[in-house]
Amino acid sequence: MMQKSIFIIILFLAHMGMIRAQESKMVPIKEGSFVPLYGATVKKPVVVKPFFIDVYPVTNNEFLSFIKKNPTYSKSKIKGIFADKSYLLYWKTDFDFGNSNPKAPVTNVSWFAAKKYCECQGKRLPTMDEWEYVAMADEKRIDARTKAEFNKYILSWYEKSKTFENPIGKTFKNYWGVYDMHGLVWEWTADFNSIFLSGESRKDKSDDKNLFCGGASVNATDLMDYAAFMRYAFRGSLKAQYSTRNLGFRCASTTKL
Amino acid sequence: MRKRFKMPLKLKAVFCVAFTMLLFTSCKKGEESTDYTAIVTDGEMEAELTAPPMVPKPIGNRPAMKLKVNMEIKEQEGTMTDGVKYTYWTFGGSVPGSFIRTRVGDEVEFHLRNHPDNKLPHNIDLHAVTGPGGGATSSLVAPGHEKVFSFKVINPGLYVYHCATAPVGMHIANGMYGLILVEPAGGLPPVDKEYYVMQGDFYTQGEYGAKGLQPFDMNKAVKETPDYVVFNGRVGSLANGGELTAKVGETVRLFVGNGGPNLVSSFHVIGEIFDNVHVEGGTLINKNVQTTLIPAGGASIVDFKVETPGNFIIVDHSIFRAFNKGALGILKVEGPENKKVYSGTIQEGIYLPEGGTIQKMPTTEAAKTVTPKRTVAEKIKIGKEIFGTTCFACHQSEGQGIASAFPPLAKSDYLNADPKRAIKTILHGLSGEVTVNGKKYNNIMPSQNLSDDEIANVMTYIYNSWGNNKTDITPEMVKALR
Repeated sequence: MMQKSIFIIILFLAHMGMIRAQESKMVPIKEGSFVPLYGATVKKPVVVKPFFIDVYPVTNNEFLSFIKKNPTYSKSKIKGIFADKSYLLYWKTDFDFGNSNPKAPVTNVSWFAAKKYCECQGKRLPTMDEWEYVAMADEKRIDARTKAEFNKYILSWYEKSKTFENPIGKTFKNYWGVYDMHGLVWEWTADFNSIFLSGESRKDKSDDKNLFCGGASVNATDLMDYAAFMRYAFRGSLKAQYSTRNLGFRCASTTKL
Repeated sequence: MRKRFKMPLKLKAVFCVAFTMLLFTSCKKGEESTDYTAIVTDGEMEAELTAPPMVPKPIGNRPAMKLKVNMEIKEQEGTMTDGVKYTYWTFGGSVPGSFIRTRVGDEVEFHLRNHPDNKLPHNIDLHAVTGPGGGATSSLVAPGHEKVFSFKVINPGLYVYHCATAPVGMHIANGMYGLILVEPAGGLPPVDKEYYVMQGDFYTQGEYGAKGLQPFDMNKAVKETPDYVVFNGRVGSLANGGELTAKVGETVRLFVGNGGPNLVSSFHVIGEIFDNVHVEGGTLINKNVQTTLIPAGGASIVDFKVETPGNFIIVDHSIFRAFNKGALGILKVEGPENKKVYSGTIQEGIYLPEGGTIQKMPTTEAAKTVTPKRTVAEKIKIGKEIFGTTCFACHQSEGQGIASAFPPLAKSDYLNADPKRAIKTILHGLSGEVTVNGKKYNNIMPSQNLSDDEIANVMTYIYNSWGNNKTDITPEMVKALR
């Protein structure tokens, strides 16, 4: 009897471990180059060195085990300069994410907390160029940005409410084997605020030539790439201590772990 | 003596100059060039915000104040027309956004809040603001956050506000616009009724009326070919119980805006003439205007006294938008008839150019002699032509009608239930509420100037088309009900 229950517990733990392993699984991204939205005036492609990226965004469950090990990042303990008041707002207590789906992406996380989480896994946040490079792939090709259907899919997400409640891995698997780059939540990047939007998108084109984009910009690579405009606009509205319900993150790594 | 005489002359000159200066300044006071930036505020209050078609209370005689505006941005699903959903982005939960009413000299402290469940950052550009971006530079706000900025309103008029976050066109196309009124000192002249109407064009992936949640279509927006042109965010917002109302003898003022993003509105109220129009929402007043042009990102204040009862149709007189894309609303005026102003039909006659006189409708005897026997197929052929010239404009080519305005004839339960009632409708017209295929319509159909034979033909055509019950209407049936 005792043996049987131990066996079941071991089985259960093994199973849990497998889920963990699956959730934080990484895939390699080969070196490549692309012209990002903001690079149009220079027409100079950005080179992305080979790296590894999480297949899925970090889930509530994963973030809970991180907080258990690092209680200073719980919602009651975290320092004000690292997170605003909405940090983990939907969690019931420090160690309970309430009725939320354990496999749904963790959101309402500040940039500081996301960065710390990745560091604790021996990883880091992806750079914006890395993130955009992975995100421009659809199921079949590395760069699907010119495909109307692909842009439509991304845009349609803006009109679906409460997608943050969905579990990870339910959107499409892209060329690299990565899920949920579009259609689930926004994601933090290491240098989210390096593209500077003044907040007045219509005048942005007149300032720093390399790093600006905006709704009225004639310099943007592809005026129809509205989907990307929205990401840059969103990032431009953030500060590192901010946290919002539609913003999660995933980790990356330069070397294989 | 000489010295003495000189002094008063100089004095006189001084007085003269002083007097003319006094005249000049007193003149200036009444003009619009007053420096409103110098107005000192007195006290503080929270602004009353209203959803369309209502407007907040007039400012009356209150002094310029510090005015707190709390505006919440919500991205939410709503109804474009029956069976068609759309994800609207809103200022204050409505399209157009909440109406803000201020007076010149007010210092507005604007709190812009982006609901935590929203996906996108937003900002606000108020055309009433004098400053970079109209406030947009200071107000980009992430979901779950709040931005505060303040401005002094120094130009009286009616102004548009809108979101100016990239991509600007998309934010406006999804409904992010509204009106802010800056009243002159002492307020606008009082009227009996005030309403808030704002036009907007919408671009959906499906055509007009295609069911389900319709996503925004960027291609159509760039090409400026909207599927919907509507007042207050959806088809029929000012009909089917949402009509604007007034009583005979009252003066109605409409604060009309155009959010665009693309189209310019030819704003018109059928059967009314605007007594006063604040051209482009500014200080210039034009009188006795039939149709006023409202640019995208512009506004107009119109007022008129309603002298006769009835339903007055509010349209964009770029008229296909009204009858095919939804730019149609109703102002319902109740009260006693005023035959001096409008008689209604006095006499119906047939106009024969050769005869040179207007005759009365033919008697039944006369009709009898000219009505040949026709087969159903012949009736349908002739009836189709009559339909094309007489009925098509309202009931549409496939008898589908126009949502909220003109009931359908295709698969129409109202039509199939009672042919006699249908004949009477053509003979005598119909007004008031009817329910067709489960939807309510409240409009007026005039009596049609058709012969018994023509009515029989066109009705047989209608009954034998679009899934109706194939009733054969004869001239005799029509005659019996005439």
